[in-house]
Amino acid sequence: MKTHVTTTINGATVEFLCQPRQSLLAVLRDELSLTGCKEGCNNGNCGACTVMLDGLPVDSCLVLAVEAEGAEIETVEGIAEQGHLHPLQQCFLEGAALQCGICTPGFLVTAKALLEKNPQPSEQEIRFGLAGNLCRCTGYDKIVRAVQAASQASPES
Amino acid sequence: MIDFEYAAPTQLDEAIRLLAAAGDGTRILAGGTDIIVQLREGLRSADLVVDIKKISELTQLKLSGDKGLHLGASVSCRRIYDDQNIAASYPGLADAVRIIGGWQIQSRASVGGNLCNSSPAADAIPPLIAYSATAHIAGPGGKRMVPVEEFCTAPGHNILQQGELLVALTLPPQPSNAGSAYQRFIPRNEMDIAVAGAASWVQLDQSGERIEQARIALSAVAPTPVFAVDASEWLKGQVVSEEVFAEAGELAKRVASPIDDMRGTAEYRTHLVGVLTKRTLATACQRARK
Repeated sequence: MKTHVTTTINGATVEFLCQPRQSLLAVLRDELSLTGCKEGCNNGNCGACTVMLDGLPVDSCLVLAVEAEGAEIETVEGIAEQGHLHPLQQCFLEGAALQCGICTPGFLVTAKALLEKNPQPSEQEIRFGLAGNLCRCTGYDKIVRAVQAASQASPES
Repeated sequence: MIDFEYAAPTQLDEAIRLLAAAGDGTRILAGGTDIIVQLREGLRSADLVVDIKKISELTQLKLSGDKGLHLGASVSCRRIYDDQNIAASYPGLADAVRIIGGWQIQSRASVGGNLCNSSPAADAIPPLIAYSATAHIAGPGGKRMVPVEEFCTAPGHNILQQGELLVALTLPPQPSNAGSAYQRFIPRNEMDIAVAGAASWVQLDQSGERIEQARIALSAVAPTPVFAVDASEWLKGQVVSEEVFAEAGELAKRVASPIDDMRGTAEYRTHLVGVLTKRTLATACQRARK
């Protein structure tokens, strides 16, 4: 039997029907066409599916979609505002902080959460903060430098 | 993943009724970081998944001077270390919850779930044992309390009976002359499963030079996390020194019965018990003096 779920995604109320066994990742991608979040490992190791759930970064492959009832979700699609890239997105782009790009949405969501909590993180704080996101093209140095650049570019600094 | 039903009760007695009425195909969902993977990979099966995060008793996190720490079974790792008073009062527990997975996992994973998943390598269980934590269990037959060191029975198995639910963990209040620490060895900096782990808790005398009481617990070196009773007893009355920490490490090795696997050999794990016991005792004593 399908369950009716009402949730808020990137500021808009969204309703969907899902099976209890469906992950939030599966519903975001397959039912709601929010394909920014990626399926990497599907077991909570890689962070490619990271979304914000009630203000905290989570692996959406380890959340049942039915658990999203009443929750506030933010995905990578909600990061750019009114057609303008977020400073993090701009710095990833300018610093070429990606190779194949599969891990990038997850890194952006986690990095945004990190900078909101700690606007001026040290290199070590960035590396530990992003430990739940894996890049198998091994582009970590450029990713860390892009986050550092964005922390200097962000208006609150 | 195979199909299952989902329920999210808001009352504890409603959850108990659901768990009691359902068969043995009922699985409890807190943070989901173990159970969702196990269901997806077919390691466990479920007809019904009961989400316990809407039950107020299970989401309570409360520190009080006379009662200590009340840790609801579904409280996430993140809520524990984000609370500076709790992290400062129970540093050994904070050490563990800061290194369970990455940020995404810590947002959801609970200490109660870590205990109920009953992995031999669980990071949160040794600190709970070292702190003399009590597991509060509710079931169709009523409530019962069990010391955490008696909770796990084998890898992935514990004393919970059909229909029973872990409601909360309580940790005793900490005197100012107590300190604790947890460390694990992994071959990288983050995001790995312990090759071996050790938690130490000490209470020093007024001078800060002598150990009045100590409790050491180990992970990933036996079928369950273990309480190193002999090492803990031997430490009573000993003077704080590197030699004493090293001797306690040697005694702690005797309760280790590790296996060889891809993470490390039994010999290496046993060696690590000595090193980690010594180091966590040193940190625990240092913290107790502050």
